[in-house]
Amino acid sequence: MTQRLPPTDVVVVGLGWTGSILSLELARAGLRVVAIERGPWRDTPTDFPTTTAPDELRYGIRNDLFVRPAQETLTFRNNLNETALPIRNWGSFLPGNGVGGAGVHWNGHTWRWHPWDFTNRSSTIERYGESALPADNMMQDWGITYDELEASYDRFEYTCGIAGKAGNLKGQIQPGGNPFEGPRQRDYPTPPMQMPYVPTLFGTAAANLGWHPFPNPSANMSQAYTNPYGCKLAPCTYCGFCERFGCGNYSKASPQTCVLPALIREPDFEARTDCQVTKVNLSNDGKRATGVTYVDTQGQEWEQPADIVLLCAYQLFNVRLLLLSGIGKPYDPATGEGTVGRNYAYQVTGGVTGFFSGTQNFNPFVASGSAGIVADDFNDDNFDHEGLGFVGGASIACVPTNGRPISNRPVPPDTPRWGSAWKRATHDTYNRTASLGIQGSVMPYRGSYLDLDPTYHDTHGLPLLRMTFDFHDNERKLGSFALDRCEEAMHAMGANQLRRSERTGPYSIVPYQSTHNTGGAIMGADPTTSVVNKYCQSWDVPNVFISGACLFPMNAGFNPTGTVGALAYWAADAIRDRYLKAPGPLVPV
Amino acid sequence: MRAAWLGLVGAVLLAGGAARADSNDYAAIDRGRYLMTAGDCAACHRGAGSDFAGGLGIETPFGIIRAANITPDPETGIGNWSEDDFAMAMHEGMAPGGRHLYPAFPYPWFTRISRADSDALYAFLRTVPPVRNVVDSSELPFPLNIRAAMIGWNALFFEPGRFHPDPARSEEWNRGAYLVEGLGHCGACHTPTNMLGGSERSEAFAGQALQGWFAPNIGANEYQGIGGWGVDDVVQYLRTGANAWTRASGPMAEVVQDSTSRMTEADLRAMAVYLKDQPVHGPPSPPVALPADNPQMRTGAALYVDNCAACHRRDGQGVEGMIPSLASNQIVVQRGPETLARVVISGVRGAATAAEPTSPGMPSFGWRLNDDQVAALLTYIRNAWGNAAPAVEADTVRDLRGRLAARHE
Repeated sequence: MTQRLPPTDVVVVGLGWTGSILSLELARAGLRVVAIERGPWRDTPTDFPTTTAPDELRYGIRNDLFVRPAQETLTFRNNLNETALPIRNWGSFLPGNGVGGAGVHWNGHTWRWHPWDFTNRSSTIERYGESALPADNMMQDWGITYDELEASYDRFEYTCGIAGKAGNLKGQIQPGGNPFEGPRQRDYPTPPMQMPYVPTLFGTAAANLGWHPFPNPSANMSQAYTNPYGCKLAPCTYCGFCERFGCGNYSKASPQTCVLPALIREPDFEARTDCQVTKVNLSNDGKRATGVTYVDTQGQEWEQPADIVLLCAYQLFNVRLLLLSGIGKPYDPATGEGTVGRNYAYQVTGGVTGFFSGTQNFNPFVASGSAGIVADDFNDDNFDHEGLGFVGGASIACVPTNGRPISNRPVPPDTPRWGSAWKRATHDTYNRTASLGIQGSVMPYRGSYLDLDPTYHDTHGLPLLRMTFDFHDNERKLGSFALDRCEEAMHAMGANQLRRSERTGPYSIVPYQSTHNTGGAIMGADPTTSVVNKYCQSWDVPNVFISGACLFPMNAGFNPTGTVGALAYWAADAIRDRYLKAPGPLVPV
Repeated sequence: MRAAWLGLVGAVLLAGGAARADSNDYAAIDRGRYLMTAGDCAACHRGAGSDFAGGLGIETPFGIIRAANITPDPETGIGNWSEDDFAMAMHEGMAPGGRHLYPAFPYPWFTRISRADSDALYAFLRTVPPVRNVVDSSELPFPLNIRAAMIGWNALFFEPGRFHPDPARSEEWNRGAYLVEGLGHCGACHTPTNMLGGSERSEAFAGQALQGWFAPNIGANEYQGIGGWGVDDVVQYLRTGANAWTRASGPMAEVVQDSTSRMTEADLRAMAVYLKDQPVHGPPSPPVALPADNPQMRTGAALYVDNCAACHRRDGQGVEGMIPSLASNQIVVQRGPETLARVVISGVRGAATAAEPTSPGMPSFGWRLNDDQVAALLTYIRNAWGNAAPAVEADTVRDLRGRLAARHE
């Protein structure tokens, strides 16, 4: 029996980065906000105390911070001809859980995406002609430009205290920064992090190759910082426990450090944790959301009525909730019609590991998730693709995130997997190994999409999400191209032995690659090819707004969080400044 | 329906017939609300879902005393009290019917507040929703459970009488004195008490151990007190919970969060001016610091690097406004190590205020440092970076750890 609760102004599904930002911005606009979070409440000193947070077995190997597949998972297949099977252990990506979401356990790379990303289709045609587009692609512009989003990027960077160096200030290229970034109105709030030794080797090598290396924009703090909400961050200690871990030193920007201290002081904000939203409820005509239904840990079902519903869950789970709720028309790969689930994309990953001789000590344990040097020369459309046979590209990063004892045991090729020879190789190479990694863009394709699985259900009896995805030739080519560049750089750094890690064969969900899943509820200018308009507002149900990487029509060669955060501020502004004044569609259909 | 409402209003008016206060005097009520905040009354009187329904156990050296229900409930609260009754309690420590109150209720301080302020507090309390909550006020042993025993206590330690401004001092100083010595009752914690629980006026604000903490010296002593702080630093601390060197935690975090952070800047400044002008009590200068080759110092230095330096930094400077300095922080060199030991053993959470919403927390180290290690670490912190204070013995840590465990906090 569903218990109906008193209505509220706004209900927020998921209390991670975007849920907390939207909750705070709208609570401060005078709205009553209820946030409903699938996982537990989490806070820095109680959940990530410095004395226990750096526990590699618990967090790094046993994935303590991530959602348990038994609670929510998805099924997977490579193509339409296969039968999808459920993911029972996370592998290639690790969806977060609990308050703070993936903002708790990220590495902190905080990018502004290139102006090109937002106009990827029209810009590609303009420069190379229509024939340059890959076969079966569903590339489309975002319906919003970088320039429109610039102020929102700025707000997210200043909320987080991002450590970096501007490369383009109001159109003026700045030495030492990324010359390929879009123009920014002001520099990062804090200077770049201290550089560990290996990235300085890469910086020199990349510059000698004629590239433009610069410090990775980092959500790990180069110095103490107080953000506009009054929340404080402390300098990073370079302990090397960022990804998969919460930071006990208040040194990593997260909802916990940057937003929640201010949010929980708002008298009209309430969080309900360990409660899973199962449906957005709609009016009889399906044109208006009336609230959400959720289930608590006792199995009790509740209805929370609300005037505005914000979907702020992880990319995959936002899409699933839309499909379960019947908001928008599900995408059909046979006809190409429908919108919900289309343009799912992933990322091309890989790397080159270099083994060095001699007696130098690289000290890989002196690390942070974001302290490193990046070259953006071969990303997106920052280079001439004429004759290369692919669109898009990859960033090349030297960001040694850790020297953790269990998983960071690099050994040269052909080393035995165990025994005294392995031990000797570990001893000899731990302190003399460097890695370069690529993060490559993935274009959307007709057969890459998300829908509801016809067979498998969760514990509530609701169908799981089904992912259908494989890499295409375009992405294999760009990955191979970027790894060739990594080899050049690694040779220039002085490595005497290289190991190239390149994904071949079909996409596999087993080895970890990237948690940067995108698409499925994309934004755009045309309601027949997108789920939301440029204000992140559902075309079909205008009092539903959506946040997160599910909005991205394609995936870039950068981490998504900067753009995810910017779009949250963009949506908050749209709701406060436009929607509240005239509730209804913000873009005429 | 309207008639029923009118009837109800009539009943309320009759029930409140004992009062002289004009229940519509919004200015007085609002001033009373502010004074209630300045006095942090809710710190003791909260309970039963109300800030004022009582029942909370107040820890005294003699036993637990339960704070009274001061909502206007006629039977279990103070609904039948008049303004005069209320003023008698505030000024004389006496409830209607000649019932003596225990000085856990800080009437030795409240006696100084003006009758007008007492009336304003009363007017405000008439506006809070009445809550029926029977409070068993005392779990004291004989003979302290005989309230008349307070007659003797009052004769020894209680000086009734309103505050009289010192004409030789500024208006600001006098306002500070009125707040600190009256509603603020700062000395209730920060002035040492004697064996019988009376305040040692000769040692005003010199600090004392209580409730598992050491309430530090807040006098003008430069070594242990706030003599080295400017008025602005004191104001910043009281308003935000943090300043350049330290961050409020423990019971003072509650005082800042619930009381001082909600007071006016002018009142905070007045309190700071008064406190900084108090006679210096406690040792005026530090002892000679322990040498670096002292065995406890050597052990402590190593433990510090492994356990503390990541946040508090190698130089003990911490992170301004967030992670307390250990190098320039009077709490480190107090007479008693209770607060330091407690923070290391149990961990602590800093104050959160509108101005400083981050409430930084320090984790517990009690599970991985033994008594000898805690003692060495504290001894080191108390004698590094220019600090100097007596060594902490392992037996002292053992005793404090045992008492902390017994508190079940």
